[in-house]
Amino acid sequence: METINYQNFRIEAENICVDYNGKVALYDANLRLKPGQICGLVGMNGAGKTTFFNALTGFVNISKGKIRINGESVRSAQKDQTIAYVPQNEGIDSQFPISVWDVVMMGRYGSMNIFRSPRESDVQAVKDAIERVDLTDHLSTPIGNLSGGQRKRTFLARAIAQRASILLLDEPFSGVDIRTEKLISELFIQFKNEGKTILLSTHDMIHVREFCDLVLLINKTVVAYGETSEVFTPENITTTFGGISPDFLFGPES
Amino acid sequence: MELCSFLTLDSFITDPLTHGFMRKALLMSSLVAAVCGFLSSYLTLKGWALMGDAVSHSVMPGVVVAYALGLPFSLGAFIFGVGSVALIGFIKQKSRVKEDTVIGLVFTGFFALGVVLVSKIKSNIDLHSILFGSPLGISLSDVKQTIFISLLVVILLSIFRKDLMLYCFDPRHAKTVGINVFFLHYLLLTCLSLAAVVGLQSVGIILVVAMLITPGATAYLLTDKFDNMTVISVLSAIISSLIGIYFSFWFDLETGGSIVLAQTFIFLFAFLFAPRYGIFKLKKLFAGYK
Repeated sequence: METINYQNFRIEAENICVDYNGKVALYDANLRLKPGQICGLVGMNGAGKTTFFNALTGFVNISKGKIRINGESVRSAQKDQTIAYVPQNEGIDSQFPISVWDVVMMGRYGSMNIFRSPRESDVQAVKDAIERVDLTDHLSTPIGNLSGGQRKRTFLARAIAQRASILLLDEPFSGVDIRTEKLISELFIQFKNEGKTILLSTHDMIHVREFCDLVLLINKTVVAYGETSEVFTPENITTTFGGISPDFLFGPES
Repeated sequence: MELCSFLTLDSFITDPLTHGFMRKALLMSSLVAAVCGFLSSYLTLKGWALMGDAVSHSVMPGVVVAYALGLPFSLGAFIFGVGSVALIGFIKQKSRVKEDTVIGLVFTGFFALGVVLVSKIKSNIDLHSILFGSPLGISLSDVKQTIFISLLVVILLSIFRKDLMLYCFDPRHAKTVGINVFFLHYLLLTCLSLAAVVGLQSVGIILVVAMLITPGATAYLLTDKFDNMTVISVLSAIISSLIGIYFSFWFDLETGGSIVLAQTFIFLFAFLFAPRYGIFKLKKLFAGYK
């Protein structure tokens, strides 16, 4: 097992900008995360959450700024399987003819040979990952036959099988059942103890308070960033959501 | 209709085999069907049906120019096939016109250019055989080229089978784990152009898109496993080719049209009777919802 230096930054994004054909999606965004930290990414639809994820995974190129993953480029993070991305349920084709096992095995592709033929260790990693998300009964189930929660767990298992040290989760709690929600929150605690770094986007303010050490509020750029207890204030939330009060958005107790 | 009176199933199958051109047509069309069927499962899952339509039409001027210059027509087809996709991307990015409009606009433009070129360039290209295919009149050099291209595409698709599946399913994950998505994108496009070229011979440019879409769509209705989908797609494509050619022989039908019609009938059969996704399983489907 590699030793984790908890003082080094896992993710460093400095003044990053992303534009799609001249349309600015994100500008001057900064983020620094260390091992064992869980950070919530909060913003409206179209505020640049997915763009932020895409920039970190290298799925889109940044037009300005700098991203370092474990002190190295995004390119070498890709090669090292450092980052795992867990998509929103809506972000995948649930009718694709593929089984739970095959999806989770995709987590291993990056470290396999060109034919992607699984070794004994890959098979073991996939088995373990599926067991951790409690889907052992559904190994060969097509993903189209799974519930929303089970599908979410399948993609979590893929991230686990990948053995990534950074997990990016797009709306991990949306459209899942209570059981899955409980399982995910247990996994978060385990991930934290294993020194993984987690960045998750969410609409649910309760989850932010419950799990996130840090919170990054964005609206095309960073509105506020810091410890959840300090930054996650009604004023900041109101600014992030374009002047709509959190009472209106989430009820008075938020 | 003298044939119907004495035709038995046995002679229905064996009689055509006594003709050299029929053996060649059956073999070549099966090969082409296998290639297109293999590719078809990727195209239907990727949602590239319209792209298949575009590329297969756009190769037309490439084929004509290559013929005129004495180059292998696969080369010309490849350049124009990939070029059309690049142009579609460029126009989409630089204008406010929607993607499907751009696709329709580009491929019809290329296609028209091809038609005009055929009429202008004095050569022995038969427009009819390009448009509707001529598996019965395939020349020896065409046979060699078809075999070569088909093998190339099958080898490429086999090597990158899993990567392409991942690319179709979740390109973002592919990119995240360091798989070259750009390469896979162009690999799929290249295979598409090449398949369009070989498909062109058996069913012609207008119907080749059916070879690239229908078998995959049929297979998609019949299975939930990707590997099975590929196998079913290839098999249904081959069977359609055989049926199409036999029918065209006995009933004097246009060969390309017959092959595609056979595919369409197989699709309809799957559409109606597929065990899980067929129409007649609708009741069961509704019973599943509480």
